[in-house]
Amino acid sequence: MIRFILRRLAQSVPTLFAVVAVSFFLMRLAPGGPFDLERPLAPTAMENLRRVYGLDQPLIVQFASYLAALARGDLGPSFSFRDMSVLDLIARGLPVSATLGALALALAACLGIGLGTAAALRRGGALDRLLGLGAALTLSLPSFVVAPLLQIVFGLSLRWLPLSGWEGGAPSHLILPVVTLALPQVGALARLTRASLGEVLRTQPVRTMRSLGLPPARVTRHALRGALLPVVAYLAPLAAALLTGSVVVETIFGLPGIGRYFVEGALNRDYTLVMGTVLLVAALVIALNLIADLACAWLDPRLRSAA
Amino acid sequence: MSATRAMAGPAARTLGRLARERVAMAALTVLILIALACLFGPALTGHDPTRAYPDLRQLPAGLTAQPDPDHLRPALERLAFRMRARLDDVAQDGDALRLTLSAEAGVDRRSLVYLPRSDLFGAPQVIADTEGGKRLVVAVPLRCLSFPLGTDVHGRDLLTRCLVAGRVSLLIGLTATLVALLIGVGYGATAGFIGGAVDAVMMRLVDVLYALPFVFFVILLLVFFRASLALMLVVIGAVEWLDMARIVRAQTLSLRERDFVRAARALGLGTPRIILRHIVPNTFGPVAVAATLLVPRVILLESFLSFLGLGVQEPDTSWGVLIAEGARAIESAPHMLAGPAAFLITTLVALTLLGDGLADAVDPRAD
Repeated sequence: MIRFILRRLAQSVPTLFAVVAVSFFLMRLAPGGPFDLERPLAPTAMENLRRVYGLDQPLIVQFASYLAALARGDLGPSFSFRDMSVLDLIARGLPVSATLGALALALAACLGIGLGTAAALRRGGALDRLLGLGAALTLSLPSFVVAPLLQIVFGLSLRWLPLSGWEGGAPSHLILPVVTLALPQVGALARLTRASLGEVLRTQPVRTMRSLGLPPARVTRHALRGALLPVVAYLAPLAAALLTGSVVVETIFGLPGIGRYFVEGALNRDYTLVMGTVLLVAALVIALNLIADLACAWLDPRLRSAA
Repeated sequence: MSATRAMAGPAARTLGRLARERVAMAALTVLILIALACLFGPALTGHDPTRAYPDLRQLPAGLTAQPDPDHLRPALERLAFRMRARLDDVAQDGDALRLTLSAEAGVDRRSLVYLPRSDLFGAPQVIADTEGGKRLVVAVPLRCLSFPLGTDVHGRDLLTRCLVAGRVSLLIGLTATLVALLIGVGYGATAGFIGGAVDAVMMRLVDVLYALPFVFFVILLLVFFRASLALMLVVIGAVEWLDMARIVRAQTLSLRERDFVRAARALGLGTPRIILRHIVPNTFGPVAVAATLLVPRVILLESFLSFLGLGVQEPDTSWGVLIAEGARAIESAPHMLAGPAAFLITTLVALTLLGDGLADAVDPRAD
């Protein structure tokens, strides 16, 4: 078990290195620099700035010093937010994105798995067909359509909820963004659960349990345990995507999360900020995939020996 | 030959089963209709997608002929101002208007050309000329324009723009899926067929790529290197081939040991030939399902990027671009969001339902 975790962590090092290298050189290849303003700086001022941030050195030296700082846990100073380090910015944005993401994930998982189970148990019934259509619909509703619609209905017409803003995470400010984030995932999770549970319900062990006269609720519980494997595997990258924020939702609702820092960083050529956010997402994806694998091993003993 | 004959049976049966799936067939019909509308529709709506009617901005959706009385007067005032004349009187008789124009310095008849040039009116005819040219009575036919989905902020016909945008969105959806399909099938079949260490290394690479935050890289690429249609196709295709590679590899692993593949090898066929002629055709079912479900994902990704301003650029347009414009104007003109969003969502739902139907039809246990 511990050897498995250690091996996976060791395997993640090259992946993270690839993320750092690709994003580093991609950004340096791109035209433009962090100090390009509409009114160009005086050449000497530009030179001084570049020297302070170490941009005058050869690219490979810069890369090495970035890696060295990274090994110490230092993500460097932000180029566009004055007097802020990238870690400061992440410490500001991550709680916002993580709160939204965790709530959206919980909502989507409860609704999606619940509805998917209901559909699988009555396969081909009216409820199943209705849910199938509903799932296809929520999957096809882009967040940038849902968000303005919710704003107009609940913010402008009914005036029940605020249009945008964060306000320290007040519950009323959370509802619309969380619903927007969760909605497409409800459909995705419901479809996945339905397909997977439907498969398991057709297998021999389940038929045996039924023939032995086990109450349906217990049969379902046993079947669900096996059927959740692909769902858990899907939840891992989904959680990473939700926890690190959806760029669109944060933009529309004016929330100061990681996604917005990333886009602003990319537009302003804020090298360190972009790399910091990309690295954070990659690390989260790897960590959550590992957790998902462990959860799968817990759900299905057959996978333990393979691990 | 042998491969095509071998797959004719199951493929035909699959299509037969698909034809019995009512929801999937309805979805397919809707898709064909949307595709045809996008292809031929812009020529039939009577509007050029880039033609702006400055007097008819943000018209709501509806079937009433335009310009309606609310917009007629301001439009005429603007034209009169440009003709350096005063609009004294407007009388409507039938489809024509009778305008009385006056100016201290005399109304220049040549300036009447502004009327037809606005596209709202036909050719003007001078009926009466009084006070030595200072006062003109002009009869001008009113052209009846219709904007079923309304107009956008520049006064362009939204229906025409939705259809033209659909061409771009559908084209990107199909082409990027094709790119992902080619890479994924080639990669997966090769890894699965050769097996062993090659397979392990190739699939390990896929695992590594899976862990990359790809959407972030796509955004980076598009921010840094001037978003263009070609770049977007390549980038989206390059991101989405991973699933396809995994599916095809899993299929190939089970096909590799089948008798017809062994027979092909015994006959002395080379590896590329076996992969191309015997492995790839037999992965058709799951690959077709995955590809059908990939198209809506790609279209969604494209419209997401376009919404952020990183995708399709003016003067080209896509559903994502139109939705972004609509979202910006949602308080004053909600119809600008409704039209393109309806097109996008209908297409995505239809594609998803078609993919589901295909998945059921491909499943051999369905019979």
